[in-house]
Amino acid sequence: MASEQQDREHYTDVLSRAGQLKGVSLGQDAFRRLRKNWSAMAALSVLTGIASLTCLTPLIPLQSPIEQHLQNRPESNGQPAQKGRQFQPPNLSPVQLQLEDELANFERKIQQLRTAKSQGSAAEQDLLQQHLREVYLHNDPIRGLWHKPNGLNRALTCARVTLFGDWCIPSICGTDHLGRDLLARLFWGARISLMVGVVAALVSLVIGVSYGATAGYLGGRVDNLMMRVVDVLYSIPFIFVVIFLVTILSEDSIKKELEFLGLDQIMIFYIVIGAIYWLTMARVVRGQVISLKQELFVEAARTIGASQTRIIFIHLVPNVLSVVIVYLTLTIPAVMLFEAFLSFLGLGVSPPDVSWGLLANEGVKMITPIKIYWWLVLFPGLALATTLFALNFLGDGLRDALDPKMKNR
Amino acid sequence: MLITLWSVFTISFFLMRVVPGGPFDRERALPEDIQRNIDARFNLDLPLHRQYGAQLWNTICLDFGPSFKLSDYTVNEVIAEGFPISASLGIIALSFAIILGVTAGVVSAIRPHSLSDVLLMSLATLGIAVPNFVLASLAIVVFVFVLPWFPAAGWGSLSNIFLPAICLGAPFAGYIARLTRTEMLEVLGHDYVRTAYAKGLKQRHVIVRHVLRGAMLPVVSYLGPAVAGIMTGSLVLERIFAIPGMGSHFIDAAIQRDYTLAMGMVMVYTVMLYTMNTMVDIAYALIDPRVTIE
Repeated sequence: MASEQQDREHYTDVLSRAGQLKGVSLGQDAFRRLRKNWSAMAALSVLTGIASLTCLTPLIPLQSPIEQHLQNRPESNGQPAQKGRQFQPPNLSPVQLQLEDELANFERKIQQLRTAKSQGSAAEQDLLQQHLREVYLHNDPIRGLWHKPNGLNRALTCARVTLFGDWCIPSICGTDHLGRDLLARLFWGARISLMVGVVAALVSLVIGVSYGATAGYLGGRVDNLMMRVVDVLYSIPFIFVVIFLVTILSEDSIKKELEFLGLDQIMIFYIVIGAIYWLTMARVVRGQVISLKQELFVEAARTIGASQTRIIFIHLVPNVLSVVIVYLTLTIPAVMLFEAFLSFLGLGVSPPDVSWGLLANEGVKMITPIKIYWWLVLFPGLALATTLFALNFLGDGLRDALDPKMKNR
Repeated sequence: MLITLWSVFTISFFLMRVVPGGPFDRERALPEDIQRNIDARFNLDLPLHRQYGAQLWNTICLDFGPSFKLSDYTVNEVIAEGFPISASLGIIALSFAIILGVTAGVVSAIRPHSLSDVLLMSLATLGIAVPNFVLASLAIVVFVFVLPWFPAAGWGSLSNIFLPAICLGAPFAGYIARLTRTEMLEVLGHDYVRTAYAKGLKQRHVIVRHVLRGAMLPVVSYLGPAVAGIMTGSLVLERIFAIPGMGSHFIDAAIQRDYTLAMGMVMVYTVMLYTMNTMVDIAYALIDPRVTIE
């Protein structure tokens, strides 16, 4: 009896110890190595910080990114006095938003109209509905201070008003030539700049991976032809293509059609850039697929009757993902730089939307020998550089971590 | 090569014509007769396939025709004027980038993960990460306004070239430094390097003669397209430093639908790219004894 008890204990012990042992998958191994690389981890945390700040921008007590403070205005009929705030260097003087009361007023008005509407007759209801819409569109104080807020952003802004009241962060980054707060503009610009990077990189990922994998797997004449197309596209300076695509897409009739499809101009802009940047990705993926397609697992998949599409997308593509991820972290900075360059040409994001490239460009335009508004160049440049710096280091770290030669080291 | 040139020509031609609006569109429409005369003068009234044929023939004869937007200039003259300027600026920038980049790469690869490595690589990444118009304007603020060492803009003397060349070369220097470092680290692990050390060669000798030679291959293949891009001019720097190069025509022609000029620019770029890629292949054979030219 006792020995049986002992045996049982022994076996459960062995079993539990065996349960604790785990095989190290490639991904886990890579992540372990990534964690040991302090520069990559620092880059990762910086990026996470920037991304979460960007997501929560409406919640942060910032000044309005579009409200202009041009003239000195004396106090008049209830409005408090206002000072022009153009070209203020970075400072700590307090700024109030005057949003709390206006928002309360607005809510009250909406509430009144709603109750009137629910009590009125049918004809009155229509009229009131229209009136309500008018009020929503023109009297909303949030709409006055932020450009086209959507539902979520508006809700977050309301939450911010209840949290912080009228207090907002002083212009620690200075103000621009129209008296707008640079810090707020940087935060709102981050949303567009980062979106450009991510969306365009994803578009290039989808096109590049499927094109490259198809060409590499099919091989032979098809591969030759497909890669010849890539070569030709390579030799057209892609600035040209972008300019032409942007002009075609901003044509009125096409614009309307696209708006009908629910795509606004910024979205199209992202997609155009992504559609330009897939060439290198296609080459990289093709090279990888060519070396992979002789492997036994592809043979095995073919023997059990998997279709070509299935082999390419289920068996081959996951195996090249590590290379693709590394390349992706290097495409995002390239795309963001390209966006900045387009903004410099005036082809990028158009005001009142802001992006970092646009802000940097505005700063560059303000450089004169007479007076140097250094903060207008420095801070957007710094924001852009920090993000790209972090992305580059993360890409390096990922490349080292995903390198199969480094396994279990 | 010819097939590629032809396809590039065809794609650019139709891309340009698909875009609505022509070179002679104004805010106010021209009187119809004048418009018709102008169109006839520049063959714009012909059906598209005949325009295509005419322009293709002109391009083969290396005569790109008059510019539609720059008065008194043919496209050939624009290229002849702008290209030497852009090219010389590009060459200076590139030699600066190569010298700086390779040195930084070698120094940081010899002692990886040391302080100097981290510093140099951060600097290189910074060079890549800062958009060059920001770099250029900061350089102007510091070296022209605060410390009056250089003239702000213009072209002609040596002091004019210095700032734009550095700003133009900075991102390339960064890329080259990082490429060199990665490749050096890779090559340092090879057996032939150990052999070289084992037969008692000095470290400097091993690095320069054995390691660097192997590590240069990817750098050279990166340089091919880079040279083509850098020598056809940088729009941003030419605008900021007021340099009369080719880069600004590149963009202006496309935006203003200057069909002939735009076509000329595309062709110059494509030819440059192909020459450079061929030179890269030749350079491969010179550097790496395992490669032979077919």
